[in-house]
Amino acid sequence: MSLGKILAKRIGYGLILLIAVVVLNFTLITIAPGDVADSIAGDMGGADAEVLAEIRSRYGLDRPFAVQLGRYISSIAALDLGYSYFYNAPVTELILQRLPATLLLVFSSQILAIAVGLLLGVMAARKPNSFTNLIVTFLSLFGFAAPVFWTGILLIILFVAIWPVFPVGGMMSASLIDAPWYEQWINIAYHLVLPMVTLASIYLALYSRLTRASMQEVLGSDYVRTARAKGLAENKVFYKHALKNSLGPLVTVAGLQFSAVISGAVVVEAVFSWPGLGTLALQSILARDTPTIMGILFLSSLVVIVVNILTDMILRMIDPRIRAD
Amino acid sequence: MSDPLLAVSDLVVDFQTRAGNARVLDHITLSVNEGEILGIVGESGCGKSMTALSIMGLIPDPPGKITSGSIKLSGQELVGMGVDDLCKIRGKDIGMIFQEPMTSLNPVFTVGEQIAESVRLHEGVSAKAAQARAVDMLEAVEIPEAAARANAYPYQLSGGMRQRVMIAMALACRPRVLIADEPTTALDTTVQAQIFDLLQNLQDEMGTAIIMITHDMGAIAELADNVAVMYAGSIVEMGKVDNVLSHPDHTYTKGLIACVPHLSSSPGPVRERLMEIEGVVPALTDLGKGCAFAPRCNAVLPRCSSDKPVLLATQENHLAACWAAEAEMAE
Repeated sequence: MSLGKILAKRIGYGLILLIAVVVLNFTLITIAPGDVADSIAGDMGGADAEVLAEIRSRYGLDRPFAVQLGRYISSIAALDLGYSYFYNAPVTELILQRLPATLLLVFSSQILAIAVGLLLGVMAARKPNSFTNLIVTFLSLFGFAAPVFWTGILLIILFVAIWPVFPVGGMMSASLIDAPWYEQWINIAYHLVLPMVTLASIYLALYSRLTRASMQEVLGSDYVRTARAKGLAENKVFYKHALKNSLGPLVTVAGLQFSAVISGAVVVEAVFSWPGLGTLALQSILARDTPTIMGILFLSSLVVIVVNILTDMILRMIDPRIRAD
Repeated sequence: MSDPLLAVSDLVVDFQTRAGNARVLDHITLSVNEGEILGIVGESGCGKSMTALSIMGLIPDPPGKITSGSIKLSGQELVGMGVDDLCKIRGKDIGMIFQEPMTSLNPVFTVGEQIAESVRLHEGVSAKAAQARAVDMLEAVEIPEAAARANAYPYQLSGGMRQRVMIAMALACRPRVLIADEPTTALDTTVQAQIFDLLQNLQDEMGTAIIMITHDMGAIAELADNVAVMYAGSIVEMGKVDNVLSHPDHTYTKGLIACVPHLSSSPGPVRERLMEIEGVVPALTDLGKGCAFAPRCNAVLPRCSSDKPVLLATQENHLAACWAAEAEMAE
């Protein structure tokens, strides 16, 4: 089977999965006690049964479940995620405003974690008794053990009180609203450093450990000996012959971790007041803003599904044996 | 007499293990001339592969270490040479084929790429020229549809085909010495014969000297010019193949030859018993002072357990390290 066909098949499965997720989300939210009418009524300072019924009928909440579900799915198909009663804005618009910030944070922290994790893992595998190996062991223990919010808070303390070089909150300085785009970008990158490092720390630990383990295994294999017998220099043996073979576990785990990264981002965004989806999710959960919560759930599932398809394709590109299926 | 192409002399290799120091190679001396095939035989764990890896400079260090001795390629000393210089010799002047074709090729690169890599590295030619050479080499090792197979990944080839690819890879830069470490152990009998034929043909063509490490006494008899028999890290007998096989002096060699099963066209009602050498190879960490083979030998003399025998000429062009053989000769 060609890569194109496999990709088409995976996308097909992905769509089915996505629909299943939507149905499940909708069902769960509907059977949960309390609805938007209650929370609107709560904001108004209480309302009688008549008003509640009116609100419900205005938002279509009095219709049978199947009808509500059908409406929801068809509107999602038209990329309309509903209307937020809390923010008084269309959910799609709300999410699209926040999404870039979250994607920037999530992808930059993953790229950082993968790149540095790979490098540290390879270096540690290369010299098992070296200082680098010690550092990797320490980092992985620390990264695993320390909760993300705590790492974030420690970094904030460090950069506020001791060494104030990085901004510790927000995404862009307010004074730059009218500045040219490149100045804004530089400023955003500057603000990105701390949240990115915080979110990357836990995965950095995981990836470096994983790389070290799979590199060590690959380094003992016969084809690495063959590569040496060919006269290849050690660097080439490591970074070409061994590394490509040890990437599999890293790519798989990085793909699987992606959903965890998104939920990790929620915490990091809260700590660093990064204006992303996480902040939005938190506020809409507190406000019982059902359409927004479901929109965010839908979008995170979409991102996770897309990332999993990508992971699968990357694995196939790395290893011809998987490609053959 | 001119220098031999490859001369190993008094090579000692030690491994630090938890059980103590293991002398993996104990004063190995052997040499091979251009166009010659030297066979090395012996049981598993007797140091055959270690000899090969020492020549390539590929002993895992730590725990292994060349303690003393010398390895000379056309007079150039390889022991103690820097890694960068060794890399220029590996794959170019000395090629090596390994035992396990199933795992010795890198699964994520095409076989053509793996052969071409060596050519590009040592001859500095363009990627295209190297790829063309890879296809030529695949033709030379008699792989059908070589141009298409060059784009195959190892998992798409059979064991015999993979070993042919290994041979193509090892010979791509026309090395002066080829070390074949049990090249056929993992293959079917029919494929074994094909691989041996192929090696011999290529050798006739290129004049490569071959060090052939094998369990297969039949292959040694057919291919090799000289043979060295190893036991527990030492060479116990060495000489011209015909002579060693027809008139072995060391009890161990005699045993090895007796162990080769015979194929009878009309097996009788009572099957002939398979021969074996009783006992196992001793642990290299606690070799006594005497002959390492003494505990398994059926012609043991009193001095065998106290003095280690040295290689002595027992016949013309024929050395053996055995007190019994020496005593017999003295009579």
